[in-house]
Amino acid sequence: MTSHRIRALLTALAVSALVAATGCGGNDTTGAQTGASATAGATGTVNVFAAASLTETFTKLGKDFEAAHPGTRVKFNFAGSSALATQINQGAPADVFASAAPKNMATVTDAGNADGAPTTFVKNQLVIAVPKGNPNGVKDLADLTRPGVKVALCAEQVPCGAAAKKALDTGGVELTPVTLEQDVKAALSKVKLGEVDAALVYRTDAKAAAADVEGIEFPESAGAVNDYPIVALKGARNAAGAKAFVAYVLSDRGKAVLTEAGFQVP
Amino acid sequence: MTDTDAVVAGRPEGTPSRRGTPGRQVPAALLLPAVLGLMFLVLPLAGLLIRAPWATLPQRLATPGVLTALRLSLQCATLATLLCLALGVPLAWLLARVDFPGRRLVRALVTVPLVLPPVVGGVALLLVFGRRGLLGGWLDSTFGITLPFTTTGVVLAEAFVAMPFLIIAVEGALRGADRRYEEAAATLGAGRWTTFTHVTLPLVGPGIAAGAVLCWARALGEFGATITFAGNYPGTTQTMPLAVYLALETDLDAAIVLSLILLTVSVAILAGLRDRWISST
Amino acid sequence: MTAVPEPVTAARKPFNGPMLDAHLVVDRGTFRLEVALRIAAGEVVALLGPNGAGKTTALRALAGLQPLTDGHLALAGGDLDRPERRVWTPPEDRPIGVVFQDYLLFPHLTAVDNVAFGLRRRGLDRRAARARAETWLARVGLADHGRRKPRQLSGGQAQRVALARALAVDPTLLLLDEPLAALDARTRLDTRAELHRHLTAHPGATLLVTHDPLDALVLADRLVIVEDGRVVQEGDAATVTARPRTDYVARLVGLNLYRGRADGHAVHLADTFTLACADRLDGDAFVVFPPTAVALHPQRPDGSARNTWPATITGIQRHGDNLRVQLAGPITAAADVTPAAAAHLQLTPGQQVWAAVKATETQAYPA
Repeated sequence: MTSHRIRALLTALAVSALVAATGCGGNDTTGAQTGASATAGATGTVNVFAAASLTETFTKLGKDFEAAHPGTRVKFNFAGSSALATQINQGAPADVFASAAPKNMATVTDAGNADGAPTTFVKNQLVIAVPKGNPNGVKDLADLTRPGVKVALCAEQVPCGAAAKKALDTGGVELTPVTLEQDVKAALSKVKLGEVDAALVYRTDAKAAAADVEGIEFPESAGAVNDYPIVALKGARNAAGAKAFVAYVLSDRGKAVLTEAGFQVP
Repeated sequence: MTDTDAVVAGRPEGTPSRRGTPGRQVPAALLLPAVLGLMFLVLPLAGLLIRAPWATLPQRLATPGVLTALRLSLQCATLATLLCLALGVPLAWLLARVDFPGRRLVRALVTVPLVLPPVVGGVALLLVFGRRGLLGGWLDSTFGITLPFTTTGVVLAEAFVAMPFLIIAVEGALRGADRRYEEAAATLGAGRWTTFTHVTLPLVGPGIAAGAVLCWARALGEFGATITFAGNYPGTTQTMPLAVYLALETDLDAAIVLSLILLTVSVAILAGLRDRWISST
Repeated sequence: MTAVPEPVTAARKPFNGPMLDAHLVVDRGTFRLEVALRIAAGEVVALLGPNGAGKTTALRALAGLQPLTDGHLALAGGDLDRPERRVWTPPEDRPIGVVFQDYLLFPHLTAVDNVAFGLRRRGLDRRAARARAETWLARVGLADHGRRKPRQLSGGQAQRVALARALAVDPTLLLLDEPLAALDARTRLDTRAELHRHLTAHPGATLLVTHDPLDALVLADRLVIVEDGRVVQEGDAATVTARPRTDYVARLVGLNLYRGRADGHAVHLADTFTLACADRLDGDAFVVFPPTAVALHPQRPDGSARNTWPATITGIQRHGDNLRVQLAGPITAAADVTPAAAAHLQLTPGQQVWAAVKATETQAYPA
């Protein structure tokens, strides 16, 4: 098993054993809400576990945050939301969790690992990604069922797949994909490589790959909008830094960066 | 003369052999790392066993997708091993027996799939056999054959990643084999092909078996190249590792169960083969 | 490699010349083998020489396992190798049989299948090949051992299976590489006699490579002695043993050998020593005498011996029932004395003695 994420999981399992052994519990912080007061005292390293689809925007936000808070350093662990949730619940050293789906966030909050209630900071919507120039003339979901049109979806187990299923159900479209990809980037790369004619991906991903693919909006996606919740974690070693980072993501500056990438801000 | 001979030939006999003397101590410098190594390999397995949801195991086993993925895994790994044998044994022979220019380079190239991250290997396969690939386009237009998203694609991806294990094992066996047997066969009238099939192959049989086992095991666990090149669709391309991976997304317990099934079946098959096949030679 | 137009299967073809006519030239790095060999049908020739003399290279060249650099190789009148015309025959197309030093029986095949291997390659079907193989195993006395794998055979049995395997294909040329070297002394004695019987019966030419003079003397009709890639002496056993021409051969046959210039009954050696001989000769000559002809005395002897010289004992070894005494002095020599005589003389290394050899015990012959 060579999967990056499985390796990450194994690492997390090992880490969890260490954490348990050293009796390192979460230090309780009083539930100070996001605000200037929490931001002021931020120093040190902030460990942010964020969904893979946030890679570009959060990297940018991290740099901005470091600039705005001298003395801080933001370290990211980008991976699938579910793998991140597992890692967090197994005791991985995370201060902030930004998930691509409420379900994975619920895994963490249900385990009592969140410090306060999560906040939805962006929404992402599906588009139909087709190769540049749209050679098959795809206009809507129904076009994807035409014979000879190969479609890649995300597997239902991952958020983009769940959203795709919801959208297809909403539209009453019966679609047999050729593959159920492990994440949205994999689905998108199949379009980029020309192996499939279309894939249902997030608008942000299509936008990031604008050099190779076009994103086609379709009405059914409105019923399958994906909420991205973020939360500071109870086990945070840097509680102040965690709060400050969450606040920064929710700030106008954060919203601007996220909107620019194609996210919808609630 | 006879007497002189006897003196010359008379090696001291009955020199006691030191091997296998009972009661010899295993040096701690070897024993300690050996035990640590074993624990390092076995403990993760123990982790899986301890964490396994034994109570719900029967229902989970009965999940229809599980058997489909398992069957597909076994089929594809076996077909991939056969493909590796058909192509890899001759290639190993070439590397071990024929002195051709650029042999060192070829030997290095053979090991490329070992160092290539499997996902990259999958992309590389797409670039060759994909719809827009170097050969894929021609295969499609000429024969109507497409490989990505097919079971054949799974076999190819697994074979690509697993073949070096076979080639390295077989080449090692060929180099270790006594070539004078091949010369003896030649003096008895056997050409190179007959010598290969009737003498060389049986001589290196254990090496080939060991290589095939490694190859099969590697193919069975293959994930990255498979999901990249062949995609993931239940029944056609979703092998056990892919199912495990996706189960991890939602359900750790399911992932553990699937992993255990894969482990149990493969260990059972390998242990069964070892008795019948490997140690018999 | 270029195959000869018609493969030679000519053991039975009427042919009057030597069965094997070869001039083997093989360059291997700084080593050069250059050996001419002619062997008649039914003749057994032993290629004898010290380690590294090129014996095995010669055998491999004959088998086609080592390409000739130059020279030629013809069997029953047909060219197999002739490098100047770029003709080489691969081993599998040669009418030869080889018994290798370690026998090289295929470990995965039974004794019968080992013997049948060559027969199958020569076109016999499975059943016929096995039948012939069984016959051959019976001929070497192993009728009951056909189903055994090589590892279940003793050294002597394996040797006989190897012989049967080589002979089963009726080779025009049979090659044996140290066929008895891997056996212990007792087995060697029996197997040697058995081998002699089969070699005598073999109608083709036989070349036996060995470093053991006894094997050569017992098994071969003619000896060819090679040293450092060259033939140094050739002849039947009687000639070679009586008249060695190199120190190596002299050691093999157990004689003291000297080279010098003969002038009537005196042979002048290079180091100003002169040996008196019974034979009358002129010009370059060899002189030999056996160690048993050398008598040792504590003082200079007065008797009838014509050759006496002072010597220093450099070594004493058991040699059969006697002791062999190595002597340094104006000439180096070996002397055999009885234990009784040795005790009487109280021989010890470093001791000064006088050595004496009667002229009638020496033999001189032209170099």
